[in-house]
Amino acid sequence: MKYLGLVLANLRRKKTRTLLTVGSFAVALFLFGLLAAIHFAFYQGIEVAGVDRLVVINRVSIIQPLPVSYRERLLQMAGVQAVTSANWFGGVYQDERNFFPQFAVDHETYRDMFPEFVIPDQEWAAFSSDREGCVVGAALAQRYGWKLGDRIPIRGTIFPGIWEFNVRAIYRGSRPGDDEGQFWFRRDYLEERAPQWIKGLVGWYTVRVADADTAAAVARAIDDRFANSPFETKTEPERAFAASFAKQMGNIQALILIIGGVVFFTLLLVTGNTQALAVRERTTELAVLKTVGFSDHLTLLLVLAESTLVALVGGVAGILAAKLVTPGLTQALPGFTVYLPTADLLMGVALALAVGVAAGILPAVSAMRLRVVDALRRV
Amino acid sequence: MVRVDGVDAPETLIQVRNLDKRYQRGSEEIHVLQGLNLDVTPGEFVAFMGPSGSGKTTLLNLLGGLDVPTSGSITVAGDELTRMSAAKLTRWRARHVGFIFQMYNLLPVLTAFGNVELPLLLTKLNRAQRRRQVETALALVGLADRMDHYPRQLSGGQEQRVAIARAIVADPSFLLCDEPTGDLDRASAEEILDLLTALAKEHGKTILMVTHDPRAAARADHILHLDKGVLVETAGEGARP
Amino acid sequence: MAIPLMYNVRSVRQRWVSAIVAVAGIAGTVAVFVAMLALAKGFQATLVASGSPENALVRRAGASSEMESILALDQIRVLETAPGVGRDERGPLVSAEVVVVAAFPLAATGTDANVQVRGVSPRAFAVRPSVRMVAGRAFEPGLAELVVGSNAARAYAGFELGSQVRFGGGSWTVVGVFDAGGSAFDSELWCDANVLNQVFQRPQNNFQSLTVRLRDAQALREFKDAATSDPRLTVQVDREVEYYEKQSRLLTRLITVLGTLIAVVMGIGAVFAALNTMYSAVAQRAREIATMRALGFSRAAVVTSFLIEALLIALAGGLLGCLLVLPLNGLTTGTMNWQTFSHLSFAFRVSPSLLLTGVAFSLLMGVVGGLPPALRAARLPVAAALREL
Repeated sequence: MKYLGLVLANLRRKKTRTLLTVGSFAVALFLFGLLAAIHFAFYQGIEVAGVDRLVVINRVSIIQPLPVSYRERLLQMAGVQAVTSANWFGGVYQDERNFFPQFAVDHETYRDMFPEFVIPDQEWAAFSSDREGCVVGAALAQRYGWKLGDRIPIRGTIFPGIWEFNVRAIYRGSRPGDDEGQFWFRRDYLEERAPQWIKGLVGWYTVRVADADTAAAVARAIDDRFANSPFETKTEPERAFAASFAKQMGNIQALILIIGGVVFFTLLLVTGNTQALAVRERTTELAVLKTVGFSDHLTLLLVLAESTLVALVGGVAGILAAKLVTPGLTQALPGFTVYLPTADLLMGVALALAVGVAAGILPAVSAMRLRVVDALRRV
Repeated sequence: MVRVDGVDAPETLIQVRNLDKRYQRGSEEIHVLQGLNLDVTPGEFVAFMGPSGSGKTTLLNLLGGLDVPTSGSITVAGDELTRMSAAKLTRWRARHVGFIFQMYNLLPVLTAFGNVELPLLLTKLNRAQRRRQVETALALVGLADRMDHYPRQLSGGQEQRVAIARAIVADPSFLLCDEPTGDLDRASAEEILDLLTALAKEHGKTILMVTHDPRAAARADHILHLDKGVLVETAGEGARP
Repeated sequence: MAIPLMYNVRSVRQRWVSAIVAVAGIAGTVAVFVAMLALAKGFQATLVASGSPENALVRRAGASSEMESILALDQIRVLETAPGVGRDERGPLVSAEVVVVAAFPLAATGTDANVQVRGVSPRAFAVRPSVRMVAGRAFEPGLAELVVGSNAARAYAGFELGSQVRFGGGSWTVVGVFDAGGSAFDSELWCDANVLNQVFQRPQNNFQSLTVRLRDAQALREFKDAATSDPRLTVQVDREVEYYEKQSRLLTRLITVLGTLIAVVMGIGAVFAALNTMYSAVAQRAREIATMRALGFSRAAVVTSFLIEALLIALAGGLLGCLLVLPLNGLTTGTMNWQTFSHLSFAFRVSPSLLLTGVAFSLLMGVVGGLPPALRAARLPVAAALREL
């Protein structure tokens, strides 16, 4: 700790250079945080998917419906604890660009199926007694400035006409990164107003199994049950279902990794070079330190400390900046929850430190190996 | 007392026997020191003179543990340098040697205080204790009021005085000076020499100084010439047998 | 008088490591920037190529995409006779179509992706002359036969000629492969619309859209007016190209926004790298600069000299970055188009204008990264620098 003064003094030698290097780290880690948050947005569904929930869709195609009658039959199956259903509404609010998912849900069972979404009891009760009521996510409400009691008009596309709903409840996610951008209304209202062809049909079922370990077995059992019927099913654990969507997004993950890799490699190159330059400029001073009695080891540590400190300060600043920006991105990109998980945040800092050390190691070693007699030989 | 004949002097601080130093320059081997002997008792002020390339700086580096001899032995305060590992030698140097260079070699990023404090960072002293010693050293060289100045704010003579303060702050066994007045104007040079003389006479410091300047050498108790790889004594002001 | 360029070239050679580092930084940034924009452009181009300026797409009024639309057979009969509709010896050039989504395993990963299956009229090929069969033959009307787009044939497992494909509760035979010029159709499976309706238990004689080949591109106005003013119809009419352009908007915008954001951030980092390099260069050459000033070169000459050096480095980085990205051109990748909920293959499109943008970006970084150090170089006090040993 007493050497901190010396380390800082050396960094102050060329203030601009130190600031630029700190800035480089900040920029790189900001980008890292951004990429991690975007990665989360794309793969979010997987992370937050319930381990004890299954998704049941029509085997033919996800856009094909399933009959309402399946609900009772699913409930009777071994291992099934609870069943709920939803329909995709696909309406437009004001402008096609304001995209958010709208679901017509089985309001008696939906809330219990998704305990991660927190809704105050009296709000849910209001929703349950209003046929035209709706539940909106907190982020969604914030984006459009909706409050309890507002009447929201949605232009149906699959189901034509203007549909109006009363905001009766606002749900919050209980975990950071939960999707707060959904819009739920009641299926019985859809059933009442919708054209003939949708009556008695739901989009998909969500099933809770009593024991998460039996999930795969129950899924198979469900599909077997409805095989060879007019509405064959395809059942998957929620996580697998979400993953298949992410997989279809293509190689977003690869893209992010490549960009991240390029950024860090460049950063390493730049800071390594800067550090090497900085060390080369002060051979004499390093030699003097050694004549005073600083050991080779200590000299190595001092040089390493410089690059590491710069990395740490810049890295922490950058990643914190990313964390601050992510809520803004969530607002700007409809349909996405952009969030930087703490694990990724810590990893970012660790990476910054690693780069700081890696960039400084070669110059530090050369500083360690510096022989006083060579350095101080008179010109 | 100072001897160069290889005969033991009583209570020596520094004892060099048969010191040999060769090194390669390109394809030829330079045999710069050949069987050099030296005995120095505590409190002596010794000047080394000799033509360029005679190995004065090499000798100083060897005495300070910055270089290792090809053969021979160097013993300081009972410690044999030639038997020490590099790490031990560094620790030894921190404890026993104070260096003063022609180009002062202060760290430009530290204040006078910071520069003088450097050797103390290697000790176990706490912050307050370090401060006391630094202040004492700076007061001794007459720069107590310039503690917070950076080297670029000091004159050449002042910089060298800070360097001297740095050299003595940890109370080393002896000081090694390599052309300490080489870069100074006449007046500053005199100030520095006065300081060194005071350190030797009033504070009993052992000082070994390499110099080109006969006037600087004249301040020493003994003048030794380095010639053909060995030391030869000549008379100096205040020389003692 | 200007400082000779040779000086800059030699100086860069002397500190080539630092220069290479700066070049690499800028190259990386430009490469990422151009690649992301090429991705967005490729996606957009694929969808826009799907439309022909001589085709019109008719959907129910208010439906934002085909899948949400409904057109009954009697409405189609009315539209067939509207003015502006192209005809050939077999009658009106129209194709009543139904689009569904079905899951098939991707050849690369084995996991399912949603594929757009388009039920068309046998006249579909006449309506879209840019679509040609490249293997096998077209499907027979009334039979459960499939023709597969060239990208789909590549991307999914099990679509070889003659193979049997199960979906929708029925068994289909793959009888041909078609090429649609790199458009969205290349990622689709086509079959007879009536058979599709049957298999998917959709009401017979109900379709989703009508694609009309117009008499000529100008006939759109005529056709549109007639169709929208007819009281028997509630439809919207778009030029096919515009419909597809709108379909691509969301994803294109997303990729463009993200790509630009990432590139800007990287650009800042690259500028920092350039600044660091140039500042170090200035510091190292302080004496040379002072000497030149003493010799009589003006401050402006010094600034210009350093700026040119920075721009040379930046240009090298920009060109290298563009070079790195060029191999991507034409590389096919795929993603999901949320507006149609189906997997879409498309290719990176690195156009000359994009490359120019990349180079311009690199020069911008060169200016920003080179100007402050150049100004500092000019302001170095001459006498002090010369005095230093």
